[in-house]
Amino acid sequence: MSRIPETFELLRRKSRKALIPFITAGDPTLAHTVPLMHALVDAGADIIELGVPFSDPMADGPAIQRSSERALKQHTTLEGVLEAVRTFRNDNTATPVVLMGYANPIEAMGVERFARAAAEAGVDGVLVVDYPPEEGSELLQALKACSIDSIYLIAPTSTDSRIREVAQAASGYIYYVSLKGVTGAGHLDLDEVARKLPLIQSQIRLPIGVGFGIRDGETARAVSKLADAVVIGSRLVQEIEASAPAAAVDKVRTLLGGIRRAMDE
Amino acid sequence: MQMYEAGQIYDLPDSKGHFGPYGGVFVAETLMYALDELRREYLRLRDDAEFQREFQYELKHYVGRPSPVYHARRLSQHLGGAQIWLKREDLNHTGAHKINNTIGQSLVARHMGKKRVIAETGAGQHGVASATVAARYGMECVVYMGSEDVKRQASNVYRMKLLGATVVPVESGSKTLKDALNEAMRDWVTNVESTFYIIGTVAGPHPYPMMVRDFNAVVGKELLEQMPEVIGRQPDAILACVGGGSNAMGVFHPYIQERGVRLIGVEAAGDGIASGHHAATLCAGRPGVLHGNRTYLLQDEDGQIIETHSISAGLDYPGVGPEHAWLKDSTRAEYVAATDAEALQAFHTLCRMEGIMPALESSHALAHAMKIAPDMRKDQVLVVNLSGRGDKDMHTVATHSGIEL
Repeated sequence: MSRIPETFELLRRKSRKALIPFITAGDPTLAHTVPLMHALVDAGADIIELGVPFSDPMADGPAIQRSSERALKQHTTLEGVLEAVRTFRNDNTATPVVLMGYANPIEAMGVERFARAAAEAGVDGVLVVDYPPEEGSELLQALKACSIDSIYLIAPTSTDSRIREVAQAASGYIYYVSLKGVTGAGHLDLDEVARKLPLIQSQIRLPIGVGFGIRDGETARAVSKLADAVVIGSRLVQEIEASAPAAAVDKVRTLLGGIRRAMDE
Repeated sequence: MQMYEAGQIYDLPDSKGHFGPYGGVFVAETLMYALDELRREYLRLRDDAEFQREFQYELKHYVGRPSPVYHARRLSQHLGGAQIWLKREDLNHTGAHKINNTIGQSLVARHMGKKRVIAETGAGQHGVASATVAARYGMECVVYMGSEDVKRQASNVYRMKLLGATVVPVESGSKTLKDALNEAMRDWVTNVESTFYIIGTVAGPHPYPMMVRDFNAVVGKELLEQMPEVIGRQPDAILACVGGGSNAMGVFHPYIQERGVRLIGVEAAGDGIASGHHAATLCAGRPGVLHGNRTYLLQDEDGQIIETHSISAGLDYPGVGPEHAWLKDSTRAEYVAATDAEALQAFHTLCRMEGIMPALESSHALAHAMKIAPDMRKDQVLVVNLSGRGDKDMHTVATHSGIEL
């Protein structure tokens, strides 16, 4: 059973907003991934998005692309990512883990085999960037059968009919892309977010996370006033890139801790 | 797998862009609106007589169409078998078939009110064709090109700059065509309101494979009329090189229902398929999802896209248009591969025998024609789609011959 609905329910009762950090599994090495995940939880993460590296991450900006390249240079595989989640679950059975990636590595494993392996490893949700609802139904069914949530993106350009289509398929939460662009791009437009979220909320009864372009505590705080969750990825990945591998875990803990405090102020 | 029953009209893709299990729209939600908008607009223009007249006018007066078919008599005699005819796309303005598609897409862009066009390029031919039409219609043009290709195709980079385009070298991944495509997609998603993305091949999300095919189909439509005029019938086979597959799809599509005509796509076998250094996606790949469509891909067992190799930058791509994937599975078209060495030999042979310098891409199709022609009867006819001219490849050929220019 996915831990995601229960996590949002607990947060709602505490009137807290969810903080969802993203890191790429295998960056800087797969040995760092589990310690990094625990550090994210220590720093106040409510859900972890774990990137599955892909050679051609079309929807990502340069920071996440480079992190994928680093992870692939270490021969990080989807099997290896699932193994990391399994290890994480030895010490943490509460924090939901969402795998985020692209279709091809999942298809190479086989969608049903992937869904079963993910459930067995303790994965709670899956977001496949290049599977819109109309193309990803096979995986959607396989994940449903394993009680794993399917997370979908909604963009500023998504029309009402697209939002309804996503609503049919989505569970867990919705990931609202806060700007026109790739991950890690420029600054997000808070007014646009404030205008769009009620439109989405009127069609989808799921918590909404906002991401793409959140770089500091101040923006995270502003977004947390509007949305149910704040997703932060590129900024963390840049911190990992800039750190010596041994220091990455502490640097990421400190950075995310600051963002959590800003959100909770 | 049966593609269609006898008498049934071939009308793929379906409304969602599927060619059987291939094609489709595998993109992030951030691109959905732009693709919906493009699909609606293109479907409207496709049936618009005024738009088609405008397109035909440009093809005739700007590109110089129709391109001739030419009987390569000396080459045919030399091979001693089937007669080889060349469809002379190398004679088009800018020197390749690519201009057919960029004219079409830039007309669509104009109708959509977009003032900026972007493109990805491998060999540089599509980049040059895009820069050309951008100059022609007064639009801003940005071309993404892998930094490896920028080095290999310096003269085309300069041509694009002369035409007023900005060339952005792409340093990510394998620094070739697929990475240029990733980067162009990123630009598009960021500047979607002002920008039209001119994709250069029959790949990518729907409606691109269909739209690019439609614009290039002028090649096959002309050939359908020309062959009865010159030989009194249709040829026995048509050969075309396949990287992404736009020239092949353009010449194959009008012939799909001409069941008596063999359609042969020739991929780049690089150093040989067994060497692992090649770009023969349909011959050696397996289906997957990349760049917005489901198709055959060159990938490792974990589903990561692998780096390809070909002497010709224009064939150096790990995917292939989804309609080719479908034509392969349905057996309507056959796909084979020619090595770098075979393509080079064909290049030199055509130069010496016919006074025509073919692009290294097109030389792959020619190489296979030269392989099969000797075993065929003299009254049989092969048409090679000579998709581009080879001036751009002189440096590559010289280097392989140990000559410094």
